[in-house]
Amino acid sequence: MRSVFNKTLLELAKKDDRIFMVLADIGYGEIEPFAQAFPDRYFNVGVAEQNMTGIACGIAMEGNIPVTYSIANFPTLRCLEQIRNDVCYHNANVKIVIIGGGVAYGPLGISHHSTEDLAIMRALPNMVVLAPSDLAEASEATKAMIKYDGPIYYRCGYKKEPPIHEDSIDFKIGRAITVCDGTDAGVIYTGTIGYNAKLAVKELDKKGIKCRFISMHTVKPIDSEIIVKAAKETGAIITVEEHNMMGGLGGAVAEVLMDSNLTNIKCKRIALPDVNISKVGSQEWLREQYGMSPQGIADTIEKTVRQK
Amino acid sequence: MEYLRLATLIRAYAVRMTHRGKSGHVGSSLSMADLISVLYTKILRVNPSQPDWQERDRFILSKGHAAAGVYVALAEKGFFPKDWLDTYYQDNGRLSGHISHHVPGVEFSTGSLGHGLPVAAGMAINAKRKNKNYRIFALLSDGDCNEGSTWESIMFAAQHHLDNLIAILDYNKIQALGRSKDIIDLEPLTEKLKAFHWAVKEINGHNYQQIEDALTNVPLESSKPSFIIAHTIKGKGVSFFEDTVSCHYKYANEEELEKAYNELGVKI
Repeated sequence: MRSVFNKTLLELAKKDDRIFMVLADIGYGEIEPFAQAFPDRYFNVGVAEQNMTGIACGIAMEGNIPVTYSIANFPTLRCLEQIRNDVCYHNANVKIVIIGGGVAYGPLGISHHSTEDLAIMRALPNMVVLAPSDLAEASEATKAMIKYDGPIYYRCGYKKEPPIHEDSIDFKIGRAITVCDGTDAGVIYTGTIGYNAKLAVKELDKKGIKCRFISMHTVKPIDSEIIVKAAKETGAIITVEEHNMMGGLGGAVAEVLMDSNLTNIKCKRIALPDVNISKVGSQEWLREQYGMSPQGIADTIEKTVRQK
Repeated sequence: MEYLRLATLIRAYAVRMTHRGKSGHVGSSLSMADLISVLYTKILRVNPSQPDWQERDRFILSKGHAAAGVYVALAEKGFFPKDWLDTYYQDNGRLSGHISHHVPGVEFSTGSLGHGLPVAAGMAINAKRKNKNYRIFALLSDGDCNEGSTWESIMFAAQHHLDNLIAILDYNKIQALGRSKDIIDLEPLTEKLKAFHWAVKEINGHNYQQIEDALTNVPLESSKPSFIIAHTIKGKGVSFFEDTVSCHYKYANEEELEKAYNELGVKI
């Protein structure tokens, strides 16, 4: 997915000289084409994420579209105050891109996981939060992000994410995409864990459980309408995210249901537990450990639907 | 004399505004009053009737807690009505305790230290790339120079030869909990900054001629960012505030307000 992001950004930058890349010494093998094509709009600030964000904000204040870029939680947590005070408070047109959302860099350990980002980023006023789930969404999300005027957090996958959408997609910020329809449960996912959820939904379909499968690629502003509709029409909502249980997609969806007085339906969050992950293993292995293999997701959905 | 007139007004209003708001940080405004006076009287190319003028010099107050001092200069220059000054720190006020870009003439909001210089460096590199002639000034405090982000941008600015970037340190040598030398000693600062490839000049931050000379002759060296270390006295101009840690927190009471007016030779 990161290659798709970089290629799409490069194409956009050819037509729009306001696009800058400001990165913190990360991106080997990916960012070189941009650096070579636009040396005047490319800055490697060194391993200095606070300065990366401040520099980007200064560039944005002058009418440009800088993209900050690094892996996992580096462009968000180290420089959170710069994002809050400099970028969000000034509504500066800075795009914050991370490579490797969730536990994509599994065996590297917790320092390289991004598992609280959705909660933290969506808590910031003015911030839009995107988590594309496959290459089609990644490309469209990049275009939409550059077109949008204001701060955006873009949680990018790492590599070789399989397709979720079988048809072309109509990607709009803040409008979720229904991948397939169903009446037994609304299964709402965000990000690349969507593929495992898709396999789960397909498996359940064979058992006669028909899920409405929804890609919530924009976690903020969240598509309240599609959530409420799914809740009313299916009576069960299950969220799936590769993120800490606290405050991410599940929290956002629960907020919508609460504000809509839809508290008489079955709900379940599938997410990482609120622990510091010290287990060592690949992304897929870690997902399985925490109930997010296709089978694990299918089991939880089925159990929830059976409780209706 | 214009420098003295504006600096005196900045001081008198800063004491009055913090008195009315029962707010802290008066010493920080008093400390930089002479620097702000010269900047807004002679140095900064800004246009009060067109605050967003594209070719303006950019000025970022990184020590955002000294907002009161800048607000006075902006009001005096005509960026907004002077009666706004009495709304500082008040309910539904126009002016917040830390500097805000919602106020006409303010380039950037700060408050937490270590934010001003990175953003100024971003503006400076953009100006370089776009061949713009305006300059970018950032006014820093002792505490600002404790922040790692400040030093990150110091390294960045030198790497990219940003000679359109001017950092001014209001070096009053006091920070929130005491003397800087007892907390994080910045010395030898000139040598440090030179080692980081900045052009550096030390001045007396209360001597108008020295301030004017230094700021008129920037960049100090071509291809290098300029760092002007202005030696100042916290609370300068009001005897009972001068060189005290407490003037970071205290405000003048009624009696002290009158005393400050008397010492400054003005009554508001």
